[in-house]
Amino acid sequence: MSSFDIMFYVIGAITLFSAATMVFSKNIIYNAIGLLFAFFGVAGIFVMLGADFLAATQLLIYVGGVLVLLLFGVMLSQRITGLEMRTGTLQIIPAAVVCVGVAAILLRMFWMTPWQKVEVGAPQPTTKSIGTLFMTDYLIPFEIVSVLLLAALVGAAFIGRRDAR
Amino acid sequence: MRELIETLHNSQTFFADLPPAILTLIFMILGAVFFASVMAINALVAVYAERKISAWMQDRLGPMEVGPRGLLQTLADAVKLLLKEDIVPAAADKRMHWFAPFLVFAAPCAAFVALPYTREFVFANFDIGVFYVVSITSLSVIAILLAGWASNNKWALLGGMRAAAQIVSYEIPAGIAILVVVMQAGSLNFNDISLAQAGGIHRWFIWQYFPFNLIAFVIFYLATLAECNRTPFDLPEAESELVAGFHTEYSGFKWSLFMLSEYAEMLIVAFVGAALFLGGWSSPFGDSFGLGFLNKGGWGAIWFTLKAAFLVFTQMWLRWTLPRFRVDQLMHLSWKVLTPFSFACLLAVGFWMLI
Repeated sequence: MSSFDIMFYVIGAITLFSAATMVFSKNIIYNAIGLLFAFFGVAGIFVMLGADFLAATQLLIYVGGVLVLLLFGVMLSQRITGLEMRTGTLQIIPAAVVCVGVAAILLRMFWMTPWQKVEVGAPQPTTKSIGTLFMTDYLIPFEIVSVLLLAALVGAAFIGRRDAR
Repeated sequence: MRELIETLHNSQTFFADLPPAILTLIFMILGAVFFASVMAINALVAVYAERKISAWMQDRLGPMEVGPRGLLQTLADAVKLLLKEDIVPAAADKRMHWFAPFLVFAAPCAAFVALPYTREFVFANFDIGVFYVVSITSLSVIAILLAGWASNNKWALLGGMRAAAQIVSYEIPAGIAILVVVMQAGSLNFNDISLAQAGGIHRWFIWQYFPFNLIAFVIFYLATLAECNRTPFDLPEAESELVAGFHTEYSGFKWSLFMLSEYAEMLIVAFVGAALFLGGWSSPFGDSFGLGFLNKGGWGAIWFTLKAAFLVFTQMWLRWTLPRFRVDQLMHLSWKVLTPFSFACLLAVGFWMLI
């Protein structure tokens, strides 16, 4: 077993363990911390696949942005305005149906995908090719996503402002 | 690091018998210990410097008792902090209260590896160095939020919330100001960016595309100052309003971790500023005046450290000169002044590069 394999299993174990913490913990802050390490593990796997830019983006967007906003919301509502947050198990049957369905789709994808072996070596620069592809082949999807995000931003600002008026 | 390990593995020394995995692990641990010690020493020096600078600005002497001219004062303080009792509030969330200081320490520690110390020596020469530092330092927000929440104290929670809001807001102008430079260098690699500025003080990015890069530098400097929670942006730990903000309930070793990471973050943003705008490891004299040897070998690290030390000095200078902002002024400055100006700089430099 090479060092690459050992690293992969360590990172994979961290990801799975923290994802399990996120799902099974009753304390919403512990869920968020589980999510933090799950994001980290996924970023580590991206690095192992040679996608360093994607890994850093994962950290910046999910850890630095999404998770902070999530924690912010939880803390503001729980400890400052005194809203009680409950975590529990509700709607067991529909949840089970959805879970089994999603698991089936994922497993099917897992078996159907022609997996490729990654060459273990020095990672190649990815930034330049990502940038070039965004400006050429994927220009339209890229622009559509940015317009969508802008619309979401404007909508969020509108909803957030409505109470003030 | 990969080359170093391969060289050692192929050499005829003791290291050749060890498997590469173990060698990698040894070097990772050595590197972590090295940067943790850098952070500790940096805090020792910076705290002494801060006390002396503040003293001179206020016409005092500063620490004078311990050692010659008070040089050992911070060492004595460090020993005191290590020996202090570790107090955990009864109603605190014990595990998170324990965990947050380590997380707050880990983020700057991880950022140190990507910085270009000389042309040859970078601990990890990433292709995406700048982006990596920006993203890994955003981890400290989570740690500060956690510290504030786990203390179960209103001041600590408010301080943590303020810190998070402030850091998230100021990341945007800082990121765009960094983009202005990245666009000119055409690379996210710290070494390439420094290389693009080699050849004397007039080649530094701060003077290019005048005055847009200068404005970008000022925006970057102010935004990173806010991200370090330094005065005039020290609302998260404003002692006249919030006792001590998010680290109110911490003492002893755990408190010193917050202190270490604050000073380490100051050093990191100073290093990043020096690498992006002030030429990194290149000498200000270039190859002229027969001073070309100042560009070689270890001199790079000296120049880089000097530039960063100057930036850290200006941070301290500002701290002891300016009063604190109000929360609304802080947000106003970030969203309505720095962000539009940084976008304007980005656009202006972009158009200038095209024509």
